[in-house]
Amino acid sequence: MKNKNKRSLTKSNLLLIITIAVFFLMYIGAIIIEGQGFLKPQTFLNILNANAALIITSCGMSIVMITAGIDISVGGVAALVSMCCAVYLDFHDGSVFMSIIIAVLIGLAFGVVQGFLVAYLGIQPFIVSLAGMFFARGMTTIVNTKPFNVANEAFVGLKSTRVVVPGLGTLNKLGKYVDAYVEIGVIVAILIVIVFFCLLRWSKLGRHFYAVGGNEQSALMLGINVKRTKFLAHLLCGLLAGIGGYVYFLHVGSGSASHASGMEMNAIASSIIGGTLLTGGVGNIIGTLFGVLSLSTIQNIVSSAGFDQAWWTGITVAGMLCIFLVIQSVIMNRKKK
Amino acid sequence: MGKTIAKKSDHVNALKSLIGNQIFIPIAALLLLVIFHLIMDPSFFAIKMGTNSAGNAVLSGYLITILDSGSELAILAIGMTLVTAASGGQDISVGATIAIAGSVILRVLCGTNSRPDSLQAPIIVAFLVACVAGMLCGAFNGILVAKFKIQPMVATLILFTAGRSIAAWINNNELPVISDKTFTYFGEYIPGIPIPTPFFIAMACVLVIALVLKFTNLRLYIQSVGINEGASKLNGLNPAFVKFLSFVILGLCVAVAGLIKVSRISTINYSVIAKDIEMDAILAVALGGNALGGGKFNMTASILGAYVIQCLTTTLYKFNVQSDALPAYKAVVVIALVVFSAPMVKEKAAELGKKIKKNKKAGEVA
Repeated sequence: MKNKNKRSLTKSNLLLIITIAVFFLMYIGAIIIEGQGFLKPQTFLNILNANAALIITSCGMSIVMITAGIDISVGGVAALVSMCCAVYLDFHDGSVFMSIIIAVLIGLAFGVVQGFLVAYLGIQPFIVSLAGMFFARGMTTIVNTKPFNVANEAFVGLKSTRVVVPGLGTLNKLGKYVDAYVEIGVIVAILIVIVFFCLLRWSKLGRHFYAVGGNEQSALMLGINVKRTKFLAHLLCGLLAGIGGYVYFLHVGSGSASHASGMEMNAIASSIIGGTLLTGGVGNIIGTLFGVLSLSTIQNIVSSAGFDQAWWTGITVAGMLCIFLVIQSVIMNRKKK
Repeated sequence: MGKTIAKKSDHVNALKSLIGNQIFIPIAALLLLVIFHLIMDPSFFAIKMGTNSAGNAVLSGYLITILDSGSELAILAIGMTLVTAASGGQDISVGATIAIAGSVILRVLCGTNSRPDSLQAPIIVAFLVACVAGMLCGAFNGILVAKFKIQPMVATLILFTAGRSIAAWINNNELPVISDKTFTYFGEYIPGIPIPTPFFIAMACVLVIALVLKFTNLRLYIQSVGINEGASKLNGLNPAFVKFLSFVILGLCVAVAGLIKVSRISTINYSVIAKDIEMDAILAVALGGNALGGGKFNMTASILGAYVIQCLTTTLYKFNVQSDALPAYKAVVVIALVVFSAPMVKEKAAELGKKIKKNKKAGEVA
């Protein structure tokens, strides 16, 4: 029995528990400090609305990080996707369906190229995705320089579609019942979280990701196609970056070269806070979801506490990332001893 | 073709050793650019004597522009090479740290007033404070990498995001402007000298690092840590300290580059200053033929690489490429470089070369 307890608290679980605990502590702290605002379900749903894209890209990031890689091009890809879709919808009067296809294709293209370079040519993932990031950002400017709002009717209709969440509405000041809602992006994000949680947990490919990240050599000995697995991880990450970019685009409804700046950082931070180890082999999509939630809650606290200048957000995210990195490192070093 | 090779085998050997030499890569890239310009527009190389807005006689021309604006990059390449060699990773926070160093310089020079009529402190004091700030940033990265064993690029990602915010916070998000003329000497021209000052500063840094590498064991230590950390520990080195030291040296380089950057415009723009310079610095190291995975390094090649990158940038500007679109082109160059230097590709290329030779020999025999 004792032995079993010990096993159940290994790396992955311990980090996951820390993350979930941190999130709830933070949210309770927010309710105490900031008062009633955080008690409303809509506040929580707004956090989801604003961060649906981040949840999706973070899932991709977690998968890559589980295979001991990293992808910092996701923010650039998201910006490129929103700019391309915006140009397509507005200047070429395209259909919404085709714009979704474009987003997915852009994401896949980045995934394929980066995955090939990392997996089959053995180049460091960081260098590859750094180049990918700069390429995506540069391309965004080449596609169109000036930021603009999309006026395409079908798209605006989709953008303003709100899905009512039953049972979570509240009475407003006039005593009228207001429905709680989420945007379509949140539904997509939740679906993706569920799909990829199952994929990582129960599918053969999912277990291969963990095996390759944990120990490449042993994975090879077990007969796993390491290169193909790594390639697929980057491919999935690129795909999710494309979808995340479209969800982001759906949320902001405009194209701009400065969109999604810092998203790669937030995605990496969320994954790390969510208990994904940089060294690979450990991680959990549910943890990543809570990582995103923790990160956005603390950003909300910071901005509602009056530090609304843009620079505080950067500093808080970096600070949290730093703390969690050190915690991870300390835990791992202790394990080795 | 085959006969000439057989006859001139000595020449071929000499050529091979030249190609095998690390410094060949940046030189080849430079030659490529030079030939490109000779064909497209030879006036690229023209250097004219003119007077600038301050009334000084100065040299002008694309070549001078390259030497001038490549200085920061060359200085950064020095530190980046050491960090790459020792830790096997790169520091991507250099741009943000330049913003911090520049912000510190302006803060010290301006005091609390953002538009001072006179300098509130000597420039040398401001510079020294910036050096300390730069080294602290380097030390922060160094501790994360050396002590906590976090991959360098992830560890420096922290300052990469927070750096510009911290820089804005240091000056309360104000944009101090310095009206004193002497401050511009570091980034522009000293009256009476027709060559831009940043070039001299860069050369001074190069000289210092050359002397340090010649008379101390730094090169040996860094290379041995980069090649095999465990073995160098067994030989009595302290790998953690060597890595830490390389990050601190990079911090110092960043402070010098920061001084040049703010001196150029006498003010600062937190989100634009030294933007994307981390990419250029990594590119310079890669172009110098240094292994991005750590180990042996060639400082001369890196510095030359930095100027080649600047040459590329200037070329792109000359053809009216927007500054925001530059990274896309450079990213292609980076990918091409790393692909060609990837061990897998090298092996394949060697095999292909052998095959071609075989075919040729077979053809001769036939």
